[in-house]
Amino acid sequence: MTTQEIRSQFPSLTQTVYGRPLIYLDNAATSLRPQCVIDKWVEMASRKNANIHRAVHALAVEATEEYESTRDAVRAFLNAASREEIIFTSGTTASINLLAYSFGEAFIQPGDEILIAESEHHSDIVPWQLMCERKGARIRTIPVDETGKLDLQRLRENLTEKTKLTCLAEISNVLGLKNPVKEVVNICHSAGCMVLADGAQGVVHSAPDVQETGVDFYAFSGHKIYAATGTGVLYGRRELLDRMPPYMGGGEMIGTVRFEKTTYAPLPGKFEAGTQNLSSVPTLKPALDLARAMRSPEIEAEQRAILAYLLQELGADPRIRLFGVPRHPEEKVPLFSFTVQGAHHEDLALILDKQGVAVRSGQMCAEPLMDRFGVTGMVRASFAPYNTLDEARKFIVALHRAMDMLV
Amino acid sequence: MKTLQEAKAEVIEDFSMYDEWLDKYEYLIDLGKKLETYPEGEKVDEKLIKGCQSRVWLDYELRDGRLWFRADSDAIITKGIISLLISVYSGRTPAEIAADDFSFIDEIGLKENLSPTRSNGLVSMIATIRAVAAENC
Repeated sequence: MTTQEIRSQFPSLTQTVYGRPLIYLDNAATSLRPQCVIDKWVEMASRKNANIHRAVHALAVEATEEYESTRDAVRAFLNAASREEIIFTSGTTASINLLAYSFGEAFIQPGDEILIAESEHHSDIVPWQLMCERKGARIRTIPVDETGKLDLQRLRENLTEKTKLTCLAEISNVLGLKNPVKEVVNICHSAGCMVLADGAQGVVHSAPDVQETGVDFYAFSGHKIYAATGTGVLYGRRELLDRMPPYMGGGEMIGTVRFEKTTYAPLPGKFEAGTQNLSSVPTLKPALDLARAMRSPEIEAEQRAILAYLLQELGADPRIRLFGVPRHPEEKVPLFSFTVQGAHHEDLALILDKQGVAVRSGQMCAEPLMDRFGVTGMVRASFAPYNTLDEARKFIVALHRAMDMLV
Repeated sequence: MKTLQEAKAEVIEDFSMYDEWLDKYEYLIDLGKKLETYPEGEKVDEKLIKGCQSRVWLDYELRDGRLWFRADSDAIITKGIISLLISVYSGRTPAEIAADDFSFIDEIGLKENLSPTRSNGLVSMIATIRAVAAENC
């Protein structure tokens, strides 16, 4: 499949803004939706709308089949060992909150520690702070160096018998660097510590394989990988999920309910209380199929060309400070956060916008990392497989125009 | 001194000269650069209106029954808009400001920069100007 073939499946890409063709480079915030996802959404709402699992009527059977076959599709996409290890949530943030609560209740004692990378998104920091306050545990951090690279030596030093979990993004939403998840898992497991990989960005740019990397938990959002908003997944190793108590109580998650004692449903139902997002979850199937189709040699070659071009353009300009500088191009995905000397990130983003280029500016939900680099914010241009090298060139022209106006 | 209505009309007329967005921004950047200097030492947290994007510092004094504003931002386009707001509202009575609907911002096409759903220091700045006016009425 070529980039042009993929582009034709995303209606948003034919839009104009301020009379100019839209160049959408805010994919790390949310991706665009392909027609196959929109069609599935409409199909679920218009023809397969029924509550799942309990009722015996025809529509409920169809809706349940759509929902549960999506679980099989996600299992296959992540190469999880069993479908019971796939929990549907409303997104990565919800997945991590669920995990922080239930993991904390099952495995954390007062005085225990968890390790969090300095480059993590707020959604992989704050739920753990809440849990640590509740359980009397504490957080230690793993720093990144000036290029954004994770300090594995510090990880080793900070791992003790008290460390129960390490939390790390597969790919940082600011730096665009691929963290060495498998190596981190090996280091942590040998010290008896479990690992959560936040796959919010990683799921888009890598081919996640939870058995190969050996992560204990993996979280991602549907909306960043072309599916409907309000969908997400928490993967957890079965033996761990089985030992964890439910996060929310309510319908669907129960075995039997008595006022004296309630028992819980087996996995995965135990963690899916209340009516699920039954019209949106099935959009993950066509979305993940498309994500797989995007791993074609042509598209991957275009992505590498974008990466090489922008590493050169942004990396070689003395006025631009690029964050997340790889030693080898393979260590980075086409996600570029930068600052421009003498220009504020908000001004740059506003002027890029008026030229049709959508980028993100600000702290990118990673305030500790902004502090680490001593900046109040950055501009981020994040590419998806449907973005082209031509768009990257137009982005640079627009950026130079903005810099000329501001600096 | 121009009346509030005259000051607003003048800003709207200035903006109507520019069809292109980038030209409007060039104009705002120019205004931002010319904004009266705000002393670095007074950029303290009590004066800071923090947004997710740009930071805005706002100070005011009530003199002879009129409100005089002074403000700054680390972002130049925001600073340009601050300059517009100050040229229109500084030196007015609290009652005049409190009674105004600030709709001239829409007329010059800057509404999206001021959408209350964006966590923007400028939105908070307008809210603060209105609150200050209401308090001093």
